[in-house]
Amino acid sequence: MQKPQEKTPAVAGILGGLAITIGRILISLFVPIITFLVLWQVFLFLRDSNAPQIVIVLVAIIWGVAGVAILFVVSNWFVEQLPTVWSRRLQPFVYIGPAVTIMGWYLAVPVLRTLVLSFKDDIGKNWVGFDNYIFAFTDRIMLETFRNNLLWMVVGTFFSVGLGLLIAVLADRTRLESVYKAIIFMPMAISFVGAGVIWKFVYTYKGEGVGIQEIGLLNAIVLALGGQSQPWLSIPPWNNLFLIVIMVWLQTGFAMVVISSAIKGLPLELLEAARIDGATEIQAFFKITIPYIKGTLLTVTTTIVIFSLKLFDIVRVMTGGNNGTNVIANEFYLQRFTYGNTGRASAIAIVLLIAVIPVIINNLREFNKDRRAF
Amino acid sequence: MNTGYKTQKAISSIVVNGILTIICLIWLLPTLGVFITSLRNSQDIFTSGWWTVFPHKENVQSAEIKIDPSVNVDEPIQIEGITATFEELRQGVTLPDGRMLTWYGNKRTRTIVVTDEQWVGFFSKPLTLENYTAVLSGKEISFTDAGGNKIVRKGNNLSDAFLNSIAVAVPATIIPILIAAFAAFGFSWLNFPGRGLIFTMVVAILVVPLQISLVPILQDYTKLNLNGTFLGIWLAHTGFGLPLATYLLFNYMSTLPRDLLEAAFIDGASNFTIFTKLILPLSVPALASFAIFQFLWVWNDYLIALVFLGDKSRVVTYALASIVGEKGQDWHLLTSGAFISMLMPLAVFFALQRYFVRGLLAGSVKG
Repeated sequence: MQKPQEKTPAVAGILGGLAITIGRILISLFVPIITFLVLWQVFLFLRDSNAPQIVIVLVAIIWGVAGVAILFVVSNWFVEQLPTVWSRRLQPFVYIGPAVTIMGWYLAVPVLRTLVLSFKDDIGKNWVGFDNYIFAFTDRIMLETFRNNLLWMVVGTFFSVGLGLLIAVLADRTRLESVYKAIIFMPMAISFVGAGVIWKFVYTYKGEGVGIQEIGLLNAIVLALGGQSQPWLSIPPWNNLFLIVIMVWLQTGFAMVVISSAIKGLPLELLEAARIDGATEIQAFFKITIPYIKGTLLTVTTTIVIFSLKLFDIVRVMTGGNNGTNVIANEFYLQRFTYGNTGRASAIAIVLLIAVIPVIINNLREFNKDRRAF
Repeated sequence: MNTGYKTQKAISSIVVNGILTIICLIWLLPTLGVFITSLRNSQDIFTSGWWTVFPHKENVQSAEIKIDPSVNVDEPIQIEGITATFEELRQGVTLPDGRMLTWYGNKRTRTIVVTDEQWVGFFSKPLTLENYTAVLSGKEISFTDAGGNKIVRKGNNLSDAFLNSIAVAVPATIIPILIAAFAAFGFSWLNFPGRGLIFTMVVAILVVPLQISLVPILQDYTKLNLNGTFLGIWLAHTGFGLPLATYLLFNYMSTLPRDLLEAAFIDGASNFTIFTKLILPLSVPALASFAIFQFLWVWNDYLIALVFLGDKSRVVTYALASIVGEKGQDWHLLTSGAFISMLMPLAVFFALQRYFVRGLLAGSVKG
């Protein structure tokens, strides 16, 4: 015989459990929504407020950083309220979710969207077939940018890597190595815009006339050597080389540091053995050092080539791409923001992407080769 | 034999140090020029090169001679013991005692300037911080141009730009690190379907040029009203920095010893606790390297600020670039502005050199 009292606790248990679960789910939904609303209100305040600059900056920093942290804590808490099976299944996605969403939105999906836009007209409405690509590969300005980017890639990379190698090898033999390296590396720290100003001052030109003093370093040197002062940045095609000097100034430090650490890994016995066999320093350098650091040289070269492919700031600040100094990334900017032609801009962006595809494939191959964790 | 080897070694050491010193001087000279110029009086900047602050010989005007109206200036003129034509005098004639005579202006001025070569000492003209206060200020500023005219114009308000740069760079560094650290933990320590595939995608988009994103993302921003907002540019920097951050942190976290996590699991710790109490503290070196790279990347960035933030909240690079565009010859503002923009990166560079180099090397693959 069953006693009713025995049933009641069971029912009450189920009902209670149900109530707790529903309550949990409600709270779990409620808390994220409240969190989100609060964060959104602060965003609106930041966007529209006229408070003093410093207040806005402080609120913005605290809000931005704390907001992301709170979102993580709250969504983790939310997942942990769920039954264990679901919690275990969903938790990884709470952790990787934000990163994957943002990367998808900002980089992965735009590849496809830009590809679509590149087949449309200047306002992204009508299909125009390959018109934008015909422009990208045949227009006189585009051909000029290709020539210039090639110049940047070949000349700029050659001198950056060459000088970097020279300095790394020489500095390796001195006691002041770290001082020399710090000085050469320093330009890596500053912005391209800042570097642009520094070099614009070196190249500045005042013109001829009585009583005019050149205040630019290069013109002063040329005058002191008996030459004529020149408007260096407006003589094509040489102005490209003067711009490339800036890139060499910036990138040599990078090449030097990477190559230097590779040289440090060179076993001393190898060099000693070569010297005992009567090899000169130069022979030892070309026969032993260079082959040993070949892989590093290749990596550095690739990195700097990619850098010069996407180069924008220096040209934008120094010449704006005028006088035959235009480059691909600057033409992209002009097409999108000066001429308002999204179709052409997208086609140019796709051209840039195609140029780095070999590097992407190589990265994937390397990654597949040594993926330990998968 | 031994001494010969030693001298040879000494000579090669001198040669090597010599070459390196010359290269380093060339490397430093442009920056030094900008630094010195930023401290000079605006009128001096326009009339003489920055190197004139170092001791050098300079022609200093010592006297002025007026030629009597009775003298015919179309014929050779007798003056100070020599005879010279007007043309010669315009070019400048050197007297036997080293002084130089130069005709001032056209024929009718009848004025000859006598100059004397003299040694001018170290920083003979006073240095000033005026240029810095001028470029930092948002109010009206005035300065003297090459001709000695007073010019008044609106300041560039670089102090505001500096604050904006901080407001952009600090969250744009911390937010991607936070998000990437969670993701890297998920990828390296948790099991879920699609893990390998998703991470392969992350590797694939590592070097995608960000020009690819600008057109579509700008469309989204216009729809969402995010253009010119701090949130917009933080998200943009987060998006463009995440692949690298996730990749680097994953590489680091996946090398942490496995037994650690298992021990913690057996003790009943939740994933969240393991992550915050164990994995994050152990990953500090990787986090620091990336933080420095990302901070400098954002601080020095021009393209993203130009596209997504624009004129609404000018950052330092934007403000500096607009001085170049609007007032390309105002070297007193440009040089001091450039130096202000370099302050932060250089401070980071000198304070945290090792992390800095490591971070920059790690970040060199960024698209």
